[in-house]
Amino acid sequence: MNVFLDADNISFSYEKAGVNDVLKGVSLSVEKGEFVAVLGHNGSGKSTLAKHFNAINIPDSGSVKVNGMDTGDEKNLLDIRSCTGMVFQNPDNQIVATIVEEDAAFALENLGVEPKEIRRRVDEALKAVDMYDYRMYAPHKLSGGQKQRVAIAGILAMDPDCILLDEPTAMLDPRGRSEVMSTIKKLNKEREVTIVLITHYMDEAAQAQRVVVIDEGEIMIDGTPKQIFSQVETMKNLGLDVPQATELAWRLRKAGFEMPKDILTEDECAKAISRLLG
Amino acid sequence: MLKDITLGQYFPGDSVIHKMDARVKLLLTIAFIIMLFAAKNMYSLLVGVVFALLSFAISKIPFSMIRTSLKPIVPIVIFTALLNILFVSTGEELFSIWVITITDEGLDTAVYMVVRIVCLIIGSSLLTYTTSPIDLTDAIERLLRPLKKIKVPVHELAMMMTIALRFIPTLIEETDKIMSAQKARGSELDTGNLKQKVKSMLPIVIPLFVSSFRRAEELATAMECRCYHGGEGRTKMKQLTLTYRDLSGSIYTAIFIAAVVALNIIIK
Repeated sequence: MNVFLDADNISFSYEKAGVNDVLKGVSLSVEKGEFVAVLGHNGSGKSTLAKHFNAINIPDSGSVKVNGMDTGDEKNLLDIRSCTGMVFQNPDNQIVATIVEEDAAFALENLGVEPKEIRRRVDEALKAVDMYDYRMYAPHKLSGGQKQRVAIAGILAMDPDCILLDEPTAMLDPRGRSEVMSTIKKLNKEREVTIVLITHYMDEAAQAQRVVVIDEGEIMIDGTPKQIFSQVETMKNLGLDVPQATELAWRLRKAGFEMPKDILTEDECAKAISRLLG
Repeated sequence: MLKDITLGQYFPGDSVIHKMDARVKLLLTIAFIIMLFAAKNMYSLLVGVVFALLSFAISKIPFSMIRTSLKPIVPIVIFTALLNILFVSTGEELFSIWVITITDEGLDTAVYMVVRIVCLIIGSSLLTYTTSPIDLTDAIERLLRPLKKIKVPVHELAMMMTIALRFIPTLIEETDKIMSAQKARGSELDTGNLKQKVKSMLPIVIPLFVSSFRRAEELATAMECRCYHGGEGRTKMKQLTLTYRDLSGSIYTAIFIAAVVALNIIIK
């Protein structure tokens, strides 16, 4: 397997190096095509970490390599940003143009791609997020979930190998959240785009292949969703929740019922309970 | 609701004028304005009027829109007319009271000026009715491109305009929300005298400013993430291309300009 994102023992502070470090010696590598969820409560440093993979933040010490390119080197900047796109929390604050398709074209225009090629890739990206029918709309006429999908299309048009999503569903309603989540999963599966999803929704993290829990600028746990969420006590000590189904199974087990430890979804939970009931 | 405002005055349609290149439309509008002021007599001015009305008819925009666009400038028109009537003192005297003397030339100039201003508004609003703000921004950017040589930041200005257009509805929505929030906390926005009203706007303006700065920072990061690095080496998805429509539009305008010039020379 080849490593796509590689952070090696990085520290970072928004003030002076060594003062109030947000990241304290984090090492994390993500392989091509992986779907990683990063969990952590507010101020844990998870967004800061994501910004390192797009050369928005440069580590004070340690190094970050994206597809083998060092983010500290100014020359690599455009190459790094065109192979790892980043989607932010507030869809309103990342849409630049007044028409959906113009916005999707923004990144390609910046990269100086041929107009015909832009047209083709924009259409393709909008189709991939199911927003093609809305290509002539003004962004303010769209719902939150639709806007966020437009933002994803804007990144997708660059044809990146990796997409970093910084709490993309935090400002959306449940419907918008599921729209965005299914788009992300589809991109991961069909196009083998590497996904780093920063979230504080446990249900979303449970859908990833791998979950990384970060707290106070350090990586606490790293493993598959089943491994992570079976450690209910550890998660609670870190101030984090577990998916509701896992929580229910955990409580039932504490109350003396025989429930498996690795329940993540409602389906699994329902099955286990019905088995218990005979 | 506040959210439903239209940006600019764009009036979507698919007439020949709508489909013309925005650059050409902009240049032809300027040509038309020059034509209006070059018209020296009644007949050539009439050509200008016909041109404006005919173009409006071609664009298939309802004539009632002319009234809408003229409404705000009525005071200016009246003021200009009065100024000309009262202060032009050459020509034959028609009548005079006290210090006011009205001459035929004064009346003439007044009528000319009024017709010119009205036509000017009709012509320029035709441009904004038939061209979307984004096309217009694009056209301005391209037409001003030569100014880059003398270090005018043309691309940056156009980008600022685009972002401003993009964020107007967003900020209106936000203002709406803040106003509701302040009203819910018992602030009285529409009562009291002027001073109180201005004071009650503060709790709306300050949060709006704060959030605008935050938005600006986030947008800047998002733009950087999408490889924005200024106007250098940038391409455009939508190429503006000149078509036969632009040619026929230019010829049509040229004929009218020729008519104005000819009438200016023939009729003294």
